[in-house]
Amino acid sequence: MEHKNINLTLKVWKQKNGQSQGRFETYLVNDISTEMSFLEMFDVLNERLIKEGKEPIAFDHDCREGICGMCSMYINGRPHGPWEGTTTCQLHMRAFKDGETIVVEPWRANAFPVLKDLMVDRSSFDRIIQAGGFISVNTGNAVDANAMPVEKDKADASFAAAACIGCGACVAACKNSSAMLFLSAKVTHLALLPQGSPERKTRALNMIAQMDKEGFGACTNTGACEAVCPKEISITNIARLNQEYLYAGLTADK
Amino acid sequence: MNWSSILSSSIGKKIVMAVTGLFLISFLLVHMGVNACIFKDLFDPTDNGDMFNRAADYMGKTALIRIMEVVLFAGFFVHIIQGLILEWENRNKRKKGYAVNLGNKGSKWYSRSMGLLGTILLLFLILHWWHFWIPSRFTHAGLENPILLSNNRVSHDMFKLMTVTFSEWWVVVVYVLACISLAYHLLHGFQSAFRTLGLSNTRYIKLINALGVAYSVIVPLVFALMPISMKMGWVGF
Ligand code: SF4
Ligand code: FES
Repeated sequence: MEHKNINLTLKVWKQKNGQSQGRFETYLVNDISTEMSFLEMFDVLNERLIKEGKEPIAFDHDCREGICGMCSMYINGRPHGPWEGTTTCQLHMRAFKDGETIVVEPWRANAFPVLKDLMVDRSSFDRIIQAGGFISVNTGNAVDANAMPVEKDKADASFAAAACIGCGACVAACKNSSAMLFLSAKVTHLALLPQGSPERKTRALNMIAQMDKEGFGACTNTGACEAVCPKEISITNIARLNQEYLYAGLTADK
Repeated sequence: MNWSSILSSSIGKKIVMAVTGLFLISFLLVHMGVNACIFKDLFDPTDNGDMFNRAADYMGKTALIRIMEVVLFAGFFVHIIQGLILEWENRNKRKKGYAVNLGNKGSKWYSRSMGLLGTILLLFLILHWWHFWIPSRFTHAGLENPILLSNNRVSHDMFKLMTVTFSEWWVVVVYVLACISLAYHLLHGFQSAFRTLGLSNTRYIKLINALGVAYSVIVPLVFALMPISMKMGWVGF
């Protein structure tokens, strides 16, 4: 890949806090190496803004290696930018052309209120996990890893679902602001393993109840979530979640 | 978790949409089957709608069908009301929208437009009832002269009402547009209903997708051909 430096125009959402009205601010950034990541480009811009005595742009990030799910940015109309299966922190500037204008917005959903600029509050996801994204384990010595047989295909499917990093891109892309892809990944991860069976019914019921309470929308199977998920979580998991919910709804004791 | 909280949750509402949707899909098949009897005229010009009128007469006199008619209305009612509520609620989950939208990059336009397509179908349905269902059940407008069927029963001439109704261009155009809306509504709805009911095996999903495409093309096409062939004079007196 040929290395070069490019100049860009950024239109970034600026918003002081949750109460204030935000607006787009335009920045010209020059001499950006195509080897930089998208966040590094923001670092360069922020350092310049600080030097100029201006307010830097607030954005979330942590691991910068595609595993923490913090780097929520809606870039040119697509969560995490133009590359498939990639988080914003793993997106590189070679994805853009010299002279291009890039529009950067925060995730938009009532359940993800904007805290400042590009940062949103995703604690609704934490509360959904608390509602059912756990298993019961005995205290004491750790169980031997091979004591419980698991079918290979199921282990693989469960592992693929466990790859979800809780970034919220699925919600950001969904016309209904539904968190179903996220929930389906969490439920599938546990439902396919024997360790998940004790809470199987309450998990599906409680997590959905919490999702609704947090103000996410209802899934209408449009598939936008699957198309933008940086971890390529399959929409098939949503059908499995529906199945789990239906089963729990029909057979739960109370 | 009682029944009402399960059915009113986000998945519950979708289950209601899926079950009523599949019921309406099965109704469409029956409706299409009965109405396709008009095409007997293509092979037997002396038929003059006799086969279709016999079928319509049978549907009208059979108790089970009349009971199902009530269930059908309930199905339509729930599907429409629930659909409108869902659309309204989902739209309100994002008070502030994006400056640049994802658009067709992640999903099909018709998957995102089920509310719009459904509303078009609802408007069509009202017109359709006014054209056929209300005259046949209540007002008998355009059905003043009963005919003797080949099975010796006296009946309304629904075939005649169809030919008269479809002699107008605007009606034909509206019906064809409605069939196109129906096709796209089904293209998403058919497979989506099965997913909502939990069908997740790759093997079945492939089968359902194929069936869904076939259904969404064939059924609206056969329906659309009815006004067209009457207007064109392929089917008639
Ligand atoms: S399912 Fe994908 S898009 Fe949604 S939170 Fe998980 S990793 Fe992010
Ligand atoms: S910063 Fe951790 S996934 Fe991007």
